[in-house]
Amino acid sequence: MTGKRNAMEVHDLTVAYDRKPVLWDLDFTIPEGLLVGIVGPNGAGKSTLIKAALGMIPLASGWVKFFDKPVEDVRTEIGYVPQRESVDWDFPTNALDVVMMGLYGKLGWMRRPGKTERERAMTCLEHVGMADYAKRQISQLSGGQQQRVFLARALAQEANIYLMDEPMAGVDAATERAVVNLLSELREQNKTILVVHHDLQTVSDYFDWVVLLNMRQIAVGPTKEVFHDENLRKTYGGRLTIISKIADAVARDAPQGLR
Amino acid sequence: MSDSMIIILTGAFVAGSCALLGSFLVLRKLSMLGDAISHAVLPGIVIAFLVTSSRNSLPMFVGAALVGVLTAFLVQFLSHRGVQGDAAIGVTFTTLFAIGVILVSHYGSAVDLDLECVLYGEIAYAPFDVIFIGDQSIGARALWVNGGLFLLNLAFIFVFYKQLKLSAFDPELAAAVGIPVTAFHYMLMGLVSVTTVGSFESVGAILVVAMIIVPAATAYLLSENLARMIGLAVLLGAISSVLGYEIASHLDCSIAGAMASVAGLLFSLALLFSPRQGIVAKAMSRRGLRRQVAEEDVLLWAARQRELISAEGFTMHELRDTHPDEIDRLARALSRLIHRGLLAADRDGFELTTSGREEGVELLRRHRLYESFLGDKLGYDTDHLHDPADRVEHYISPDDTTEIERVTEYPDRDPQGKPIPPSQKEKEKEKEREKESS
Repeated sequence: MTGKRNAMEVHDLTVAYDRKPVLWDLDFTIPEGLLVGIVGPNGAGKSTLIKAALGMIPLASGWVKFFDKPVEDVRTEIGYVPQRESVDWDFPTNALDVVMMGLYGKLGWMRRPGKTERERAMTCLEHVGMADYAKRQISQLSGGQQQRVFLARALAQEANIYLMDEPMAGVDAATERAVVNLLSELREQNKTILVVHHDLQTVSDYFDWVVLLNMRQIAVGPTKEVFHDENLRKTYGGRLTIISKIADAVARDAPQGLR
Repeated sequence: MSDSMIIILTGAFVAGSCALLGSFLVLRKLSMLGDAISHAVLPGIVIAFLVTSSRNSLPMFVGAALVGVLTAFLVQFLSHRGVQGDAAIGVTFTTLFAIGVILVSHYGSAVDLDLECVLYGEIAYAPFDVIFIGDQSIGARALWVNGGLFLLNLAFIFVFYKQLKLSAFDPELAAAVGIPVTAFHYMLMGLVSVTTVGSFESVGAILVVAMIIVPAATAYLLSENLARMIGLAVLLGAISSVLGYEIASHLDCSIAGAMASVAGLLFSLALLFSPRQGIVAKAMSRRGLRRQVAEEDVLLWAARQRELISAEGFTMHELRDTHPDEIDRLARALSRLIHRGLLAADRDGFELTTSGREEGVELLRRHRLYESFLGDKLGYDTDHLHDPADRVEHYISPDDTTEIERVTEYPDRDPQGKPIPPSQKEKEKEKEREKESS
């Protein structure tokens, strides 16, 4: 296991929404080639962590690096799967087209998607068992099928690290199996995958590492070592009142928030 | 070029520009922001006018674009500060518009700007305002301005189609792959402002809003593809312009008003007759479903009668006796079944044809399999199986039937002990086997 790069490095990261801090002082490193679960209760800041790492929301302090570089320099190496509910599935487009959108980043400013991109997108749809639905209007897909289209789009990005926001939320058992298989396949290709996950039952089965999160970092490390009762109590227990009180106070009193 | 041609073309350019931008506003659920901007640009125009004291277009466009972007920014700012989204829009544009009204009324005669004209426009004057180069007239100003704006909008959308599309569908991914989503938002709003100003004199502030939203909303109902939606929106805008002009010249009424009304009419037609989401299409499919349910009820009942009393046929009388409350619905289904060749009628009554029998048995199979599923797998009591199965049996697809069969481990009998007939496929296999063995 020598010679592995750091896929992601989070250093003293604090994030605030409208001045109210939602993530405090995160500091951890994820080695390359792991399947990592991000676990914590609702409002723990799991999605916020991903969005902040991708530079979609401003950081109050600290920094995040991927493969030892700031996010701007490695965007094409990062694949992102937003929550399924974050988009309008009535948008006039079909499944194949959505997958092709995953290639827009690599195309650069002016190039248009063409035959190569269409073929590449088709391969990705086949990979998630959705080739038959390529021309289907996306509003006519089931929730599980929509999620698979999103995964195919991430595959199309051909990234080295994937950040996925609840890809297994509200999907049928068949889709969940498909997702899990796909994730292990990606890991075998030495990709790193971070997955926001809500089902504690399956964490030990699915993930090599976990990030336990509840506004602050509870534990980060191999699942076998850190995913135990005491850490779970810390993550889900009610001992956070002090930190959320301080967050409220900052939002109320600090003139510029923490910035 | 004839005057009417100038008016129609001007209208078509305005409608086209508005439809191009409107498509993205509608998709991003920002229609009302278009409304807001089209009103809020007024102070921008007036200030530009006061500063340069000319009705030259360029300063007006700059003024409008700045105020338009300011509007978009203020709306964003207010909603981030906890003001409800629609309230943020309402507060911003009414305030800016009011400032514009004060400026116009205060400077009064100094400003050669007619508020009436800004609000309602008068496209009929378009042919009379002509641009000269030296002494040579090169045509109507409105035509040049709106044609130019149309090309500008077209070029913007053509060049940045990929970025605009991804920003509209999935702004999070767009941001993640490095597209400057916010910059595109403000560019779009700037173009909405500039287009609005160009369109003021022809259709006026209020009808510009109609042209931004209505053709795009109509095209949205009719399209499954973004490029086609945009194209259709432009086409619908142009049609509104031509038809609107014809109607207005017949009725001698406001041309811009007629154009916007035609756009509204086209929207209503699309809402009624859109193949996918149209009210008529939905009502038709509901009626089709009701009919199918009635037909299946008859087939199922007849198949059950055959099994129960080994009767080959049935009479209207029997159907009425067993279904006193539903006889009208079922009687109408009879003639459709005869028409479909599933049922034959003679003097004594009705009899299922071979294909009718097959379909009836298949329905019986589906019904009893589902009962087995409810009883054996979900633990329903035996006397609570029939009605739930009766309600959903029409909606169970062949695939689902196969799945249910697998889950219930291929039962021969339902929980009440009634036989579950084999599927058509199994029957065929059986025949094959018999052939082979003989």
